Amino acid sequence: MSEERPKRLALIASKGTLDWAYPPFILASTAAALDMEVAVFFTFYGLPLLCKDLKAKVSPHSNPAMPMKMPFGSEGFQNFEWPIPNAISSNIPGFDTFATSMMKKSFAKKGVATIEELREACVDLDVTLIACQMTMDVFGFTRDQFIDDIDLGGAAAFLEFAADSDISLFI
Amino acid sequence: MSQISPDQELDCRGMNCPLPVLKTKKALNPMEGGQVLKVTATDPGSVADMAAFSRRTGNELVDQSQGDGEFVFFFRRK
Repeated sequence: MSEERPKRLALIASKGTLDWAYPPFILASTAAALDMEVAVFFTFYGLPLLCKDLKAKVSPHSNPAMPMKMPFGSEGFQNFEWPIPNAISSNIPGFDTFATSMMKKSFAKKGVATIEELREACVDLDVTLIACQMTMDVFGFTRDQFIDDIDLGGAAAFLEFAADSDISLFI
Repeated sequence: MSQISPDQELDCRGMNCPLPVLKTKKALNPMEGGQVLKVTATDPGSVADMAAFSRRTGNELVDQSQGDGEFVFFFRRK
């Protein structure tokens, strides 16, 4: 442990599905717990991850590699990967909601934090959460839809921080 | 088993990455320098993660042990 300036992590969160919401929040909260300075820029589909009311879902239809597993039953049943034909995942109303519910249950069962918990940890650990102003304007978001502890900014605001960072990731 | 008597204990059993590290950080924060925190976890990944946490934050990992699917860590607050 040196006494130089803290290491810095700069993340761009650009995807808004439940599965892709995890990497930025896990990395940001953990880096902050490791005494790093962290900023996350939420842009395009990543922006809704800052909404008070988190609606992130998984979409198995657009992700053929996603294992469909059940969070209940015997171990053999849980380990089985259910083949879901596209005709079902794309045509059955509410399929994404069903898959999302299954994934949330699996995660909870394995002791994985919810996105809300990880986001709260980020706020507690002083992670700078930057909402992309341009995305807000394009998609019609208003400031009051987001949690309190965020900054509004654009590419320059993020890049100023990222310019002095040790790790930069686009997620 | 360790002879160290902890000032505080933290139960992270059943939690998965990155919760044990986050909870450990949160528990250490209000403690005083030199005090010892005992953390019990069941996540096998916590062995590597707690060591990394210790190296990066300077909170010394003074002892650790494992058995019965549990991993025990003793941190001395920086």
